[in-house]
Amino acid sequence: MTEKIKIKSKNVNVYYGQKKALDKINLEIPTNKVTALIGPSGCGKSTFLRCINRMNDTIDICRIEGKIIVDEEDIYSTEVDPVLLRAKIGMVFQKPNPFPKSIFDNVAYGPKIHGIVNSDDELEELVIYSLKKAGLFEEVKDRLNDSGTSLSGGQQQRLCIARAIAISPQIILMDEPCSALDPIATAVIEELIDELVKNFTIVIVTHSMQQAARVSQQTAFFHMGNLIEVGRTDQIFSTPSQKKTQDYITGKIG
Amino acid sequence: MNNLKKIEYSLKKRKRQESRFKIYGLLGITSAVTFLCIILSSIFMEGKKAFLSTYIKLEVYFDPDIIYTDNDQKEEDIKFANFQKIIKNSLNSFFPEISDKGELRKLSNFISSSEEENLMRLVLENKQLIGQKVTLWLLASSKIDVINKNPDMELIAEEDRLISNLELNWLNEIRSANNIESNFNKNFFVKADSTEPEQAGIWGSLVGSFFTLFVTLILSFPIAVAAGVFLEELAPKNKFTDFIEVNINNLAAVPSIIFGLLGLAIFLNVMHLPRSAPIVGGMVLALMTLPTIIIATRASLKAVPPSIREAAIGLGATKFQTVTHHVLPLSLPGILTGTIIGMSQALGESAPLLMIGMVAFIVDVPGSFLDSSTVLPVQIYLWKSTAARGFVELTAAGVMVLLSFLILMNGLAVYIRQKFEKKW
Repeated sequence: MTEKIKIKSKNVNVYYGQKKALDKINLEIPTNKVTALIGPSGCGKSTFLRCINRMNDTIDICRIEGKIIVDEEDIYSTEVDPVLLRAKIGMVFQKPNPFPKSIFDNVAYGPKIHGIVNSDDELEELVIYSLKKAGLFEEVKDRLNDSGTSLSGGQQQRLCIARAIAISPQIILMDEPCSALDPIATAVIEELIDELVKNFTIVIVTHSMQQAARVSQQTAFFHMGNLIEVGRTDQIFSTPSQKKTQDYITGKIG
Repeated sequence: MNNLKKIEYSLKKRKRQESRFKIYGLLGITSAVTFLCIILSSIFMEGKKAFLSTYIKLEVYFDPDIIYTDNDQKEEDIKFANFQKIIKNSLNSFFPEISDKGELRKLSNFISSSEEENLMRLVLENKQLIGQKVTLWLLASSKIDVINKNPDMELIAEEDRLISNLELNWLNEIRSANNIESNFNKNFFVKADSTEPEQAGIWGSLVGSFFTLFVTLILSFPIAVAAGVFLEELAPKNKFTDFIEVNINNLAAVPSIIFGLLGLAIFLNVMHLPRSAPIVGGMVLALMTLPTIIIATRASLKAVPPSIREAAIGLGATKFQTVTHHVLPLSLPGILTGTIIGMSQALGESAPLLMIGMVAFIVDVPGSFLDSSTVLPVQIYLWKSTAARGFVELTAAGVMVLLSFLILMNGLAVYIRQKFEKKW
């Protein structure tokens, strides 16, 4: 593989208190590609995802060893401010979590706190751009002042995506973004991911192997806190090299 | 089939259990409501009388010979004139047959002593009145008021009654001349405490309560919210914060009089703040209210879903921004509700205030946080412990005022919760 690497993890161990959640994870995530993290519940894939933007910092008992290098910089070194890091690495959560504010304010919040925009016009432009990018603008253009929570589940999730891309991150982390959505809303989000990957590096955790197969170019299979196998998606789903991977994708474990 | 029979049998038993449980619940609620109704109606029946006062119509002759003791006719003379005598003479002109001095004194006790000052003010405002006869409604004294409002008291044997048979006869004569009426008791709403029931009012203690609660709110709300936010959102979870949490919960259960003792020991004896002052009362009640608001703050912060925090942090908001932009606004209705509940608790509190001297007899409406004053529940307590019969009604009326403020505040809390609570 000759592609550029955006995120590189080196021997990452994660502990929750005494319990080891991740064991020596070495994973390279290429730029402007979708990388899917799959595996049964509790395998550590979400934990790994949340290490990439240091969301685990908010959990008191969580401890991380090893290095995660984003753009040649170890994000766990003391010089890195997690707030700045999260501005660079956006996140979309499992359950759509818009703020109980207007649709406009939801998207405008990130640019406002980071001081990205200089004027109200610029802000409005950015909000509209982000909503368009998230494929939501046409549906909500007449009611930008309605509460974000009044939207349907799929719309809410796209609003969260718009909110994440409004601060123009380089990486978007998605933690099972479609698990609370119906198949139609899921299809819309998947199309959106195909579109977004042109500009962003995307890491997506998913329970659905079909989804991983559909949207990702690289797939990593986690099991019991270990990274079992990583490779091109078509190769993982057709000719996995590990028996566990094969068992999982054929439904024998999980 | 056998199993089904067993189930059928046990089902009957379960249904009986359920209906028994329902009956217990209904019984509990009915008895609670009944007692509440009894208490409220007895307070209301007694208290409503205090909102009316008895007035007696008299032809008052502002006798220049009584008002001006010498010939220079200065304003000073009016101020020191013997208006008691003017009232006595007016009564005497209604009952010309009375000449005995002792009986005349009894007769002059029909009119409240406060009317002497009122007549003086009337003359000061309008000096033309001197030398004229004016028909005026004068406030009756408390014992006449009580007898007039409670006709069944006339049936009591003379030695146990507030007034003698002679006085009762006079009263009946005034009645038959249609010279007596009940009217709105203005004193109750504009005056502070007095030794005479007909001149005593709730306003002084209401203002005292307002000053005290204002101090309580200003002190306890910001401190408690800051403490609650710090403990819930910012402080690390360790043994030390656990210890603090346990202690806050314990403080909420400490008897309120202990806070009064603390106030006495520190605010009065060490800091030498004024005794009986709303500022000290407010500080003591703030100590008492702090744990309540802290607990309410933490509970409503906990109720904000973590997904909102994650969303903000995931966008690169700092911890502080997450709290001030999202978590705190969302929990504010809950915090305000808790604060109002705490405030209404403080409003009804008397024990700690007794310790710092807010139980004094104070006839002036307080004008500042440093003036001596009393508060609503203490005023009620003071009236209840006074012997004069007229204070019985005042006590009940005071309870009514206190209850209406409590209901008002709790209603406000419910309104805020309903109106501003966000659902997601």
